[in-house]
Amino acid sequence: MSETTKSAGARSRVLVVDDDAALAEMLSIVLRNEGFEPIWCAHGDKAFSAFKEAKPDLVLLDLMLPGRDGVDVCRDIRAESGVPIVMLTAKTDTIDVVEGLEAGADDYVAKPFKAKELVARIKTRLRRMPASEEVDVETLRIGDLSISVDGHSVKRDGVQIQLTPLEFDLLLALARRPWQVFSREVLLEQVWGYRHAADTRLVNVHVQRLRSKIERDPEHPEIVVTVRGIGYKAGETVQVR
Amino acid sequence: MVSIPRVLRSRWWRLPVNWWWRSLPLRVVLTVFLASVLVLVLGGFLLMQQATIGVLDGKKETAKNEARQAVNTAQEQLYAADLTAEVNVDKLLLDLATGFASRAEQYEVIIIAHGQTITAGNAAVTSIPDKLRQQVEGSDKLLMTSTEINYRDRRASVPGLVAGATLTVLGTGRYQIYLMFPLTQEIATLAVLRYAVVTTGAILVILLTFIAALVSRQVVTPVRAARRAAESLASGNLRDRMKVRGKDDLARLGTSMNYMASELEKQINTLEELSAVQQRFVSDVSHELRTPLTTVRMAAEVLYEARDDFDPVAARSAELLQNELDRFDALLSDLLEISRFDAGVAQLSVEEVDLRDLVYRVVEANERLAETYQTEIAVHESGEAKAEVDTRRIERILRNLLVNAIEHSEGHPIDILIETDDAAVAIAVRDHGVGFEASQARQVFHRFWRGDAARARTVGGTGLGLAIAMEDANLHGGWLTAWGRPAMGAQFRLTLPRNVGAILETSPLPLVPRDLVGPGGARLDGLEAPTIPLPPLSPASPSSPAPRRAAAETTASPS
Repeated sequence: MSETTKSAGARSRVLVVDDDAALAEMLSIVLRNEGFEPIWCAHGDKAFSAFKEAKPDLVLLDLMLPGRDGVDVCRDIRAESGVPIVMLTAKTDTIDVVEGLEAGADDYVAKPFKAKELVARIKTRLRRMPASEEVDVETLRIGDLSISVDGHSVKRDGVQIQLTPLEFDLLLALARRPWQVFSREVLLEQVWGYRHAADTRLVNVHVQRLRSKIERDPEHPEIVVTVRGIGYKAGETVQVR
Repeated sequence: MVSIPRVLRSRWWRLPVNWWWRSLPLRVVLTVFLASVLVLVLGGFLLMQQATIGVLDGKKETAKNEARQAVNTAQEQLYAADLTAEVNVDKLLLDLATGFASRAEQYEVIIIAHGQTITAGNAAVTSIPDKLRQQVEGSDKLLMTSTEINYRDRRASVPGLVAGATLTVLGTGRYQIYLMFPLTQEIATLAVLRYAVVTTGAILVILLTFIAALVSRQVVTPVRAARRAAESLASGNLRDRMKVRGKDDLARLGTSMNYMASELEKQINTLEELSAVQQRFVSDVSHELRTPLTTVRMAAEVLYEARDDFDPVAARSAELLQNELDRFDALLSDLLEISRFDAGVAQLSVEEVDLRDLVYRVVEANERLAETYQTEIAVHESGEAKAEVDTRRIERILRNLLVNAIEHSEGHPIDILIETDDAAVAIAVRDHGVGFEASQARQVFHRFWRGDAARARTVGGTGLGLAIAMEDANLHGGWLTAWGRPAMGAQFRLTLPRNVGAILETSPLPLVPRDLVGPGGARLDGLEAPTIPLPPLSPASPSSPAPRRAAAETTASPS
């Protein structure tokens, strides 16, 4: 997979899956203004083939679609790729949001949103974490995993574990400061780029997804540890032979 | 007022009284029992009396006839004896008496002559009452009275009748003859009768009681079934029905109950469906409105960003479009929030927080707005103010109250007071702005209510802020009250129970602003002197001497 290794300056391709033609066109105008290359798909049944054809850098996905449901489309794409998916939803207080997040969406934007807000979300998702901040090392350790910061890969005993960019960022944020307990709000700011308090369901759902991939026993996590009442922290580093 | 412990109030004697009032069958059975006992005792008494009179009268008649016959016979014999020869009268009388006594064993005879007593049978002469003797001596008629017959042998005396008359023997003079009729037979008859009456009465009472129990059971069983069915219905088991048997009134009661239940079920189902439809509708409206709104909003943003390239009219239009879309957005959000309250789907997610933190957070968030209005905000607190609340909702209430106060402050300072007691936390937002009429204290919470029509709305709240705040307060079991006077400002007071589900009784803060009720209208410390004079009350309520009392209080009482 090479969706994250685009050279700067290349126009990022954004697949817009929304049945509302006016909104899709408006989104296209805004995205093009911001230097993205929008591709539009109006039907749920065609979304996945459009995705495979266009190979976008990011997917904007409406949850309510004619044909195949947005959540299912999200699941289909996630099964194939780690491409960032941002949901567009009108219902923020329903189970739909959690379902979408659990299906693999990285983030969501509630309608009616401001163009700036959406663009900020998209840019955050397309931006990769700076290769090194304070810890100037190539490889980090967390639990029995080794993280190659530049290679964006996570290995356990030499075997690579596939993570989406968001999951990688989340793990990296924890691994960089293994002594620190991160509150959900801090993680929202560091990984999702939210300045103000936002929906902490994002953190909960993605920690669960991350754990299901990297933990030996997701029921008893050892790498991403819950600190009751505060948030999460990295587990003890284990020496790998 | 001294309250009596509940234990002491229930005395032992209340128990049967309670039973009496609680059990209808018991009441019916006991009433029937007592009434039938009374009726049967009375009836038996009357019956016995009548029977006794009847029996005794009959006996009296018989005895009189027999006595008359006997006396006549004796007299005739005496006359006859007189004609033939001189005989011993005593002997003759003794024979006579013995003859009577042996012939009819129904009576005994005593003949008294010249202080001599001739007795045939066992009756003692003491059986004859003196009164009768005197009457007989002075009369020729046959006289009769009741007496107690004594016997010469050791027999117990028995009640009886005694008849007395005079026999005349020529030459020797007058003899008195007494015939005594014992009532043994009659008494025995009456005893048997009394026994029969008492036995019958007792059996009747028992049977009547039993019947009453049976009948009351028959009546009460369906009534109780109806009660249970009603209780079951009330507790939400809408599918419960009564068993109906027969076509009587009780069966009709059951049918009516069942009809009521099915109607109730139908109504509730309809309402539930309506509510579901409503929620679904709100959800749909949400989606359907939001998608075009998103498009419009983004288009407006694009225009707004490009306004520098437009001519002034178009540029200003783009600005207005942008601003009003924010308002539209807020209005839509508020409408959806209100409809969520109306649908009854609003839910609390509580955590214990220090309400001071929320107040400071809200004040901080609105500092810029306050600056725009050149209004100073001061928070007066007296220590920790922890309570179990839904942070999002309480922040929204505080934001609404504060923004409302800033909007109407006219540049005068705003005070936020936080006060606590054991059970509640109160937060009051006091402004010294235009205020409102006392009569409007309730209306300010109405949806889309606008205060003074002449007062321009510049900030442009949605008109739903206070209504939502009231709903949020209700959801917490709290109170939201408003106080206001024209030109004296307003105070909104939020009172919340410290624990979710607790019932509020008092608020730690008074409804009327403290700066108005303190001695001499003392103001809060550390405040700038309000530039508004404190005039007498507005013409709208000129006749109220005590503004405190006249303050209309709107209490958000959880219904």
